[in-house]
Amino acid sequence: MAEPLLRVEGLVRRFGGIVATDHVSLDVAQGELHAIIGPNGAGKTTLISQLTGHLPPNAGSISLGGLDITYLPAHRRCALGLARSFQITSLLLDFTAADNVALAAQAHAGTSFRFFADARRERGLREAAHAALDRVGLSHRADIVVSRLSHGERRELELAVALASRPKILLLDEPMAGLGATESQRMVKLLQELRKEVSIVLVEHDMEAVFALADRISVLVYGRLIASGDPAAIRQNEEVRRAYLGDQHVVTRHG
Amino acid sequence: MSKAFSASRAVTALMLAGLLLLPLYSQLSGNLFILTLFTRIVILALAAASLNLIMGYGGMTSFGHAAYLGIGGYAVGILAQEGIGSGFVQWPVALAASAIYALVIGALSLRTRGVYFIMITLAFAQMAYYVASGLARYGGDDGLTVYKRSAFAGLVDLSNRVQFYYLCLACLLGVIALIWRIVNSRFGLVVQGLRSNEQRMQAIGFPAGRYRLVCFVISGTMCGLAGALLANNTDFVSPAVMYWTRSGDLMVMVILGGMGTLFGPVIGAVVYLVLEELLSQVTEYWALIMGPLLLVIVLFGRGGIMGLLGRLDRG
Repeated sequence: MAEPLLRVEGLVRRFGGIVATDHVSLDVAQGELHAIIGPNGAGKTTLISQLTGHLPPNAGSISLGGLDITYLPAHRRCALGLARSFQITSLLLDFTAADNVALAAQAHAGTSFRFFADARRERGLREAAHAALDRVGLSHRADIVVSRLSHGERRELELAVALASRPKILLLDEPMAGLGATESQRMVKLLQELRKEVSIVLVEHDMEAVFALADRISVLVYGRLIASGDPAAIRQNEEVRRAYLGDQHVVTRHG
Repeated sequence: MSKAFSASRAVTALMLAGLLLLPLYSQLSGNLFILTLFTRIVILALAAASLNLIMGYGGMTSFGHAAYLGIGGYAVGILAQEGIGSGFVQWPVALAASAIYALVIGALSLRTRGVYFIMITLAFAQMAYYVASGLARYGGDDGLTVYKRSAFAGLVDLSNRVQFYYLCLACLLGVIALIWRIVNSRFGLVVQGLRSNEQRMQAIGFPAGRYRLVCFVISGTMCGLAGALLANNTDFVSPAVMYWTRSGDLMVMVILGGMGTLFGPVIGAVVYLVLEELLSQVTEYWALIMGPLLLVIVLFGRGGIMGLLGRLDRG
């Protein structure tokens, strides 16, 4: 089997006495959409933050395309082709949508230690920005300042920003969070398109979306990976049912 | 998008025209004092504009910017004292010394954020102040008199009031033009992006530290130029120009005029220093009037004078 694109081995992260990531190992193959699910507080965002380099692990290793990136800073990982979206939208609020995306393109197009030429007139960057905006269906909102965009539009813009850096792998932290039903459907459709071009790690609460999209699903509970497999296998898995749906069972039985 | 005509543009144009024509008025009316006053205003506006680059555009609130006024000034004063009178030597040394100081201070202080950054830049400026006070050979506490202004091989005579005023104004406008290019460049967008959301900028692949540091050095170098001009203007340089209250004055000018706007610091410097002059003629306790006045402008005009004018445009 070919080398996986992203490999995580024995990752551990503690916060005081709590083990938020407990010896997690997982592989993401080239072209795969790998979903990570788990109840609230399972440590999904902690895991993602370690993958992106915003949080150092206490032990274990992460490699991207065979290269050890465990202790590389976030911006270096990004240069190697790892892009992320944030669970809580994180954009440049006082910049326009196009500026947000163009900056991401700029980060991957030569040096930014250029002091005189007007960056907003660089055709290459603007075209890349508009292509990415077009991809997520936001090109008509290009010149709007982000603080005036709706929540759904900001989620889509997050995706455009991630795409503009031409990543090898996209880490999406709950892209559907806070979206309405129709917006969610649009996002699922969009992700179905994107997965043809780029490998994706998807952390998501929306089970319907996860089972519709994922090639493989890993289940995280209290920081531990309790199962990993294709959607059908995960659906059948007894341990997953107990851990993930356990509380609900109890409630319905006694309620 | 901004309209062709707006209140903030009109005020800026009016102010620039006033600054350009000021020597004419001074000659015609025989009021020499106003030229002296405005030379000082233009120099401090330059210092405020340089502070605005890191504070307004870069989100780095430095409370030690006056240190560069002293470093630029002492570079001129000390070289003059040692018999090197050429501005072609003095001024590059003033700029280089400011740049080196900014590089060292920036490398250390930019590791911190928020209040800590404010305090550490303040601490370094106070250190510079005490170092200058200790320079016994160069006047120590009492300061250093500059007996001869920088010589520029006959190109421009700094002892001529009008010529010197226009030199200062040219430096101010040159620096503002430079800032205008910088903030719209690739580099400038990155620095402003870091002010807006550092986490996001890191995630798309920008290492925050080195962009901030370069911006900090550019700003410090520009302010070093103001220091060289100031020493020539007063024929004197003393540790007092580096005192923390002077750094505070520069911050007030920037905030009063409008942070992150090109001409805000200039308007801020003009309003602040003219008010100071007028009020101090009326009463010895002018600060009692100035304080509340600034408070009102900052409280009710978020974004300073430029912000107020901007709101006027939008109705």
